[in-house]
Amino acid sequence: MNTARTMEDLVNREYKYGFVTDIEADTVPRGLNEEITRLISAKKNEPDFMLEWRLKAYHHWAKLKKSEAEPKWANIHYAPIDYQDMIYYSAPKTKAEGPQSLDEVDPKLLETYEKLGIPLSEQKRLSGVAVDAVFDSASVATTFKEKLAALGIVFCSFSEAVQEHPELVKKYLGSVVPYSDNFFAALNAAVFSDGSFCYIPRGVRCPMELSTYFRINAAETGQFERTLIIAEEGSYVSYLEGCTAPMRDENQLHAAVVELIALDNAQIKYSTVQNWYPGDKEGRGGIYNFVTKRGKCLGKNSKISWTQVETGSAITWKYPSCIMQGDNSVGEFYSVALTNNRQQADTGTKMVHIGKDTKSTIISKGISAGHGQNTYRGLVKIMKRATGARNYSQCDSLLLGDKCGAHTFPYLEVMNSSSQMEHEASTSKVGEDQLFYCRQRGIPPEDAVNMMVSGFCKQVFRELPMEFAVEAEKLLGVSLEGSVG
Amino acid sequence: MKSSQSKERFLSAFERFQKGFAASPDWLRDLRRAGIACFDELGFPTTRDEEWRFTNVEPIVSTSFESANGAGKILRPEDLYSRSFIDSAYNRIVFVNGIFCPEHSSVRGLPSNVRVENLSAALTTDDGVIEPYLSRDTRYRQEAFVALNTAFTEEGAFVLVPRGVVVTEPIYLVFASYGNGFPVMSHPRNLVICEAGSQARIVESYVGFGEQPYLTNVVTKVVGEEGAIIDYYRVQREASKGYHVGALSARMSRNCSFTAHSVTLSGSLIRNDIHALLDGEGATCVLNGLYLLDGKQHVDNHTEIDHAKPRATSQELYKGILSGTSHAVFNGKILVQKDAQKSDARQTNKNLLLSENAVVNTKPQLEIHADDVKCSHGSTIGQLDTDALFYLRSRGLDAADAQSLLSYAFASDLVGRMRIAPLRARLDDYLLTSFRRSQS
Repeated sequence: MNTARTMEDLVNREYKYGFVTDIEADTVPRGLNEEITRLISAKKNEPDFMLEWRLKAYHHWAKLKKSEAEPKWANIHYAPIDYQDMIYYSAPKTKAEGPQSLDEVDPKLLETYEKLGIPLSEQKRLSGVAVDAVFDSASVATTFKEKLAALGIVFCSFSEAVQEHPELVKKYLGSVVPYSDNFFAALNAAVFSDGSFCYIPRGVRCPMELSTYFRINAAETGQFERTLIIAEEGSYVSYLEGCTAPMRDENQLHAAVVELIALDNAQIKYSTVQNWYPGDKEGRGGIYNFVTKRGKCLGKNSKISWTQVETGSAITWKYPSCIMQGDNSVGEFYSVALTNNRQQADTGTKMVHIGKDTKSTIISKGISAGHGQNTYRGLVKIMKRATGARNYSQCDSLLLGDKCGAHTFPYLEVMNSSSQMEHEASTSKVGEDQLFYCRQRGIPPEDAVNMMVSGFCKQVFRELPMEFAVEAEKLLGVSLEGSVG
Repeated sequence: MKSSQSKERFLSAFERFQKGFAASPDWLRDLRRAGIACFDELGFPTTRDEEWRFTNVEPIVSTSFESANGAGKILRPEDLYSRSFIDSAYNRIVFVNGIFCPEHSSVRGLPSNVRVENLSAALTTDDGVIEPYLSRDTRYRQEAFVALNTAFTEEGAFVLVPRGVVVTEPIYLVFASYGNGFPVMSHPRNLVICEAGSQARIVESYVGFGEQPYLTNVVTKVVGEEGAIIDYYRVQREASKGYHVGALSARMSRNCSFTAHSVTLSGSLIRNDIHALLDGEGATCVLNGLYLLDGKQHVDNHTEIDHAKPRATSQELYKGILSGTSHAVFNGKILVQKDAQKSDARQTNKNLLLSENAVVNTKPQLEIHADDVKCSHGSTIGQLDTDALFYLRSRGLDAADAQSLLSYAFASDLVGRMRIAPLRARLDDYLLTSFRRSQS
């Protein structure tokens, strides 16, 4: 068994979710201008405050675009994106105003999700997981709504939340990621079409995992969704997110924004398994995943935990962050990022300590194979007020192959003397001696490498909810079959 | 003061400087002109530049520095010796405000074929030897301060250790500065060449006197040919208003070993750039650094270790102790190039914060393009161990003594790695007394 063969397996792995669903779609004209923003807002029948906010965001974006403020600092390379040659809204056409129950959902859509392994129909539902399915720009179905509503939990699509709970949306939208935050956040605020909204009332522990499944289907569109999760005092929620897209030769842009708000004693656990189409082995096509994710630990003793498994996307540009404003609050970041073929990832986190005795943990595992370029970029900032703050960061890279790269750019800033901060990083490959040991015990090289990779990622996987942990391990298992460095 | 005004002043200073050195070889005049042109184009770095994000050079920009006019010779030798940790028996070459001072210099204890002299003197005799090293160094195209130094290249230390020669006695390069009625600037340019199989120990010592601001903007190039062993020291004891910008670049050929110790004891605004290029198989590079900050001092250490060839090793350890409202920046980059397999790189940065208002920004950075490597970095920012403090207090030490003893232990780890015994002893003394004093 040799490296070359197993590496070939890895490179030639097929992307399982690359099919296209043939479905009639309601799309807006190509390009972006004020009219498009108004049109999207009108399509969603939004209240005035939303339109105003979108327009402000649009003008801010246009200003940034003019001054060429598209971020260039990341360690990624791509041809300039033509923002006028893209469709900003595409939703599957529905018969009525919107499906009231699953029976009214287009069977083609149900079939699509079935194929992706996310059954939405009653009898096949994953027990204990409520799903909001977002197809291109619109949410098509949300399961278990009634059961959750009985506990006072709101879990619905963003457009529904704007209609049903405008006061909550108005209060929290943009409070963590303002539209002026960065270039892509501004773009998202101007044109975002849907996403998930989740509100956990005081003292409620959400009994099941909430999840959103994002699917890009239409060609030449961008997907811009927005997720907002609010955990009231003493509540708990675990939220999962999954994504796939068809195989196409053009690049598609995905610019999402996720905002989390945790009040006193609340806990939010946010997990992502990102499997957007990564492009073919020459680097043609694939999703540009430019995402802004941020959580705010607003209350005392609150906790936000991010777990991500990034295996897809041609380019990933993503820094799930925690702002620890409340005293004693906790931020966590666990990440596995895999880059294969010509994939590029510049990902990491920002931990901003503002409150006293706040704690953060960063565990980042990067795996590069093929021509992949994997960058960890992180910021730990301990403000003057944050006395007794504590941070531990660890970022490890594993290199499989001699044409890939692994980079780390941690920024560590400490402004008081009672805080402690530790950072460690290492880069290595799967050791010949480790492999040799496994092989002489009769373990085939593929399994041996799999074992080592899964051992390498274990710290992160054990943070994932059960259902996802299995899926994530499989995902890496398939992609790294026997890749002996 | 606007940065453009300040730039104008440097440009006109260059015009005056150029007139005074009509005798320079053509290539040098061209190089200087290229340097000033690049500086004109680049301008002073701002905090918007990634490399200068945490270091604001405004104090340098807003001061009108002039070149010294040779009046620096009135310095008393005792002051010079005690501040730069040397005595009259040492082999040394001394510059005051950037101007060579023969009466303070003495290199009699060296083997006769080892050359230690002023660069401008060497230029008149060995133009051809020096030219390739100076003109091939193209960092001035990217870095404004190197460009400025290139423009004003004239004096500095030139050290040449011929093939196979082992110099056991350390060579001291001393740069003293003080404002002499007006803020003085100097741009020393040092060139150290260690030929194949040679060995040398070199100490760059920077000392400042007086209360006036001054700027030392130094560029040093060290070349280690095959199998050379170079022990390099840089001790900075600048005055309270001393600004220091220093760029050290070292190129190591096959099996060359380069060890650099940087010690920053005082100064107002200090920026050190070290660029180490491991340009041969089996080359070794060790970078050690110690910075002790107090008051409003600002020290920025940028290091870059470039593993260009396979089987090279590098080790880096930087430690800092901060009190007052001081600010320390550390940026350590390790680059492993595509074919540099079997590279082994280790980097550690540790910071001890003793006061509420001190700030540390640290950014260890790895860029790896080869797969068969061992690279790691670690970075910590913290306080003295409370258990250790408690233990010492239980043995009868008061809180202040316990703190100074532990701080001393933290720092002396690095001093203990130095291989020049007298320098080590003097630094050790200095640390002990300064920690005691800071307590009382």
